[in-house]
Amino acid sequence: MSATPLLEVRDLATHFFTREGVVRAVDGVSFSVDRGRTLGLVGESGSGKSVTALSIIGLIPQPPARIVGGEVVFDGRDLTTLSERELEDVRGKRIAMIFQDPMTSLNPTLTIGTQLLETIRRHLHLPKREARRRAIELLDEVGLPNPEARLDDYPHRLSGGMRQRVMIAMAVSCEPDLLIADEPTTALDVTVQAQVLDLLDELRTQHDMAMIVITHDMGVIAEVADEVVVMYAGQIVEQAPVTELFARPEHPYTEALLGALPQLEDDTARTGRLTAIPGRPPDLLDPPEGCRFAARCPYANEFDGCATHMPALRELRPGHMVRSEHPTTERARRKEAAPA
Amino acid sequence: MTALLEVRDLVKRFPVKRGLIVERTVDYVEAVAGVSFDIEAGKTLGLVGESGSGKSTTGFCVLQLLRPTSGSVRFDGQELTELEGEELRRVRRDAQIVFQDPYSSLDPRMTVGNIVSEPLVVHKVGSRRDRQVRVRELLDVVGFDPTYVNRYPHEFSGGQRQRIGIARALALSPRLIVCDEPVSALDVSIQAQIINLLKDLQREFNLAYLFIAHDLAVVRSVSDRIAVMHRGHIVETGPANEVYERPKEDYTKALLAAVPVPDPARMRERKSERRRLRDVVAT
Repeated sequence: MSATPLLEVRDLATHFFTREGVVRAVDGVSFSVDRGRTLGLVGESGSGKSVTALSIIGLIPQPPARIVGGEVVFDGRDLTTLSERELEDVRGKRIAMIFQDPMTSLNPTLTIGTQLLETIRRHLHLPKREARRRAIELLDEVGLPNPEARLDDYPHRLSGGMRQRVMIAMAVSCEPDLLIADEPTTALDVTVQAQVLDLLDELRTQHDMAMIVITHDMGVIAEVADEVVVMYAGQIVEQAPVTELFARPEHPYTEALLGALPQLEDDTARTGRLTAIPGRPPDLLDPPEGCRFAARCPYANEFDGCATHMPALRELRPGHMVRSEHPTTERARRKEAAPA
Repeated sequence: MTALLEVRDLVKRFPVKRGLIVERTVDYVEAVAGVSFDIEAGKTLGLVGESGSGKSTTGFCVLQLLRPTSGSVRFDGQELTELEGEELRRVRRDAQIVFQDPYSSLDPRMTVGNIVSEPLVVHKVGSRRDRQVRVRELLDVVGFDPTYVNRYPHEFSGGQRQRIGIARALALSPRLIVCDEPVSALDVSIQAQIINLLKDLQREFNLAYLFIAHDLAVVRSVSDRIAVMHRGHIVETGPANEVYERPKEDYTKALLAAVPVPDPARMRERKSERRRLRDVVAT
C-alpha cells in the first residue's frame, strides 16, 4: 500500500440551506482512495453518496449547498480551498466524472465529436487534427463501432449503452488519476451494464486509474469495488474491504440491507420472505440526536443510549470501521457471555 | 382445468409514421410478435426481458389497455379482444394493474381516499358510507395508515405511494393484477416491504399476477413460472427454478449471467461465465 493516498476526504460536511432549514446532506464523512484502486460508495436515495462525490469536485449547486467543513486533499492539495479557475484544471483532467443518465449529461444539440474534442482540446492543448485522431482512438477504445462516423452523430442517434461509452471516452480522454462514476449503469439494461462495468475495469487497469463508484446496487459493489463505504442518512455507517464487508457485515443497517435483497441464485426465493427494514430513513432537516438508524434498528433499546448519543465510527477489526453500538460480532459475543 | 388467463399468439404492431403535414405510415414495428402463455388462479407468471423486449406492451394488451393487432386473450373463459364498452368495463373489475412509477400514476389533485375509492365509484359499488369503510379497510390491508385518507400523494414517499396504488388495484377484489415494474423505482429496503406485501396479498386473496420486471432477482422471489421475452418473442418459458437453474436458451443464459450478485467471490466466477456468453446478446 502506498504511503499517501491519492484522495483523502476528511470530515467533509456539505449542507443545503433551504427555506425550510438546513439539510445536513453530508455530515462528517472521511475516507481515502489509493492510486489504481476502486472505492464503492453504496447507499439508498438521500444517503448523501452523490452529494459527497459532487463535493469532491466542487460541483454542488451553490447556493443552496455549501461545504461547511472538512477537507478534500487530492494529490497533496485541498480542493475545497481552490478557486473555480484552479478547480477547472483539476476537473476533467485529473479527476473525471460520469453520471447516471448519459442523455442528460450530453448536449443534444452538439455532435459527439464536438463535445469530445472540446474536452480534449481544453485540457491537452492539442491541435485540431491531432485532437480528432485522439477522439477516434478513444471511441475505439471504449468499444464504439465505426468510431470515425460516430463523431458526426448527435447523441440521440445512439443507444443508452453507446452514450454511456461516449461519456466514458470523454472522461478518460485526459487520462485522469481518478474517475468518479455516479450510478454509471443504473439506466442501462443488465447485459449492457455488464459490458460497461467490464469496460471500466479494463480502463482502470490499463491507465492505473483510481475509481469511486457510487451505486445503490450491492451486486455492482461486489463486482467492482476493492473497498466499500456504506452511507446512511449523510454519514458513513460502515467501511471495509469488499470481501470482508460481504462476509462479515457488522452494522445492523448493512446486515438488513443485504437481507432485504432478493437472491438470484436461491431456489427457495419463491416461498421465503425478504427481511424488510421497517420505516424509512430520517429527515435530514432535523436528524435524530443519537444514532440515525436507531428508529429502524432491531437491536436498539432504551438502555443503550442509541437514541441520545451518536455512536462514533470505530475500528472493529483492522480496516473494518463501524458506527453502531450493536455490531454483529459484539452481539454474538454478548449472547455467549449471557447466562442461559 | 383451464387457466384463469390464456393468451394465444398475441401480436401488437405499432405504425411508424413519417411526414410533418401529411402523415403516412411507412412501416410497422412488431412490439409483440406472437406470444402465448397461461396464468393459473393464485399463481404468478414472471415476464422478464430488457427494455424494448415487448413485456410492458404484452401486459397492456392483456388488459386491453392497448388493443392487440391479433391473437386471443381469454380471461375466465371470456374472449377479451372482442369485448367493448360496458362489457369490457365489467371484466376490468376482475383484472387490474399496478404501475411502475408511484409518482406519475396517482393524480396529484386527488386525496388518497378519493384515489382508492375511485374504482368503487366508477363501478357504482356500495353507498358513500360503505365506500368510506372499504377504503379504510384497503389502506389497512396494504399497510398504509388510514388516518391519512385526506392527504395528497405528494406528501408521501415512493413506497407509501406504491401502497396507495396497490390499494386502488385491490378495491374491486380482482382475480388478476398486472404488475408492471412495481418495485423498480423503490430503494432496496422499501422494495422488500412491497414484495412481501404483494406475496401476502396473493395468498390472502388468491390473486394471480402477471409480474413484469427487468430485475431477475426480484422476479424470482415472486414467480411460480417465468417467461423470458426478447424482441417481441417469448424465447423460453417454464417453472421458475428450472429456468433460473437450467436455462435452455443462450439468450436466457446470457441474461442470467449478466446479473451482478452481492457476493464478491461468486461474482468472480460469474464474470468469466458472462464473458463467455457475451457474443450471444451482441446485436
